[in-house]
Amino acid sequence: MEFIYDLHKAMLGNHLILVYEGDFTQEITKSVLAMAERNMDSFGEESSIKRKVFNVMVECLQNIVKHCDEVEERLEANSAVFMIGKSPECYWICSGNPVRKGLEGTLAQRLNEVNELDKDGLKKLYKDIIKNSDISEKGGAGLGFVDMARKSGNNLEFGFKPINDELTFFTLRIKIART
Amino acid sequence: MMEIIKLEGTEDTPRILLDQKNGIFEISGRSLPEDSAEFYQPILEWLRAYSESANDKTEFVFKLEYFNTASSKLILDILTALEEVENSSIVWCYHEDDEDMEEAGEEFSELVEIPFEFKLN
Repeated sequence: MEFIYDLHKAMLGNHLILVYEGDFTQEITKSVLAMAERNMDSFGEESSIKRKVFNVMVECLQNIVKHCDEVEERLEANSAVFMIGKSPECYWICSGNPVRKGLEGTLAQRLNEVNELDKDGLKKLYKDIIKNSDISEKGGAGLGFVDMARKSGNNLEFGFKPINDELTFFTLRIKIART
Repeated sequence: MMEIIKLEGTEDTPRILLDQKNGIFEISGRSLPEDSAEFYQPILEWLRAYSESANDKTEFVFKLEYFNTASSKLILDILTALEEVENSSIVWCYHEDDEDMEEAGEEFSELVEIPFEFKLN
């Protein structure tokens, strides 16, 4: 039973206010959003900050929902993790989910592209994509990362950890200032 | 006269009222449906049919509190459909401290050829 206390300590130590691990669906997304909103309301978080956190959360959660399926169908490994951390200075929105190895390069390239751009560059990229792209089969507009960077005003930190020959664990962390 | 579309809002879909007879065209609330293309399909079809026999003047009101990126693509499709409606205009409402929503409206206004009016909620 030691792990209960350990997990509790790990959460406190990392300033985590919410952790969800498991299957991701639209219903789960709505529940997680509602919990985070209630949490922020409970200490009267400023509405502009709340909106930014909500925004980044939605894109992050819906990315996982959309891209879990293909892994699940192929390899029965669809479990992902989502967490929110909070310090006096900022919120952290973090996610981790398995993706096919082949996606690693594409994801890194797109995230690096977004991270290299300043405010005006991101605005331009957003407009280019929205004008010229169609909604994908998975229902994505290809705008999620750009929007997370714009709303947070920060770089999107990311990494990959190999799981096995076919899968890699994709981690993403976005900081949102509270000031 | 087109049939009225009236959808009650939910936690992830907006409230929509398209009422040709009373000249009310409005989308409000939150938009983060699981499948935004499917959700907005009937609205786009309605607007395309409406453009064939539109009112003298069409003022379309967006009073969104939040929309996800997949919805933003569909909002652009709605605006593009409204470009085909003669004498149409957009009223883009946003909350006073919501700069992101104001900026989103400005960006949409730069992507289509329809007059935009900006209003505080």
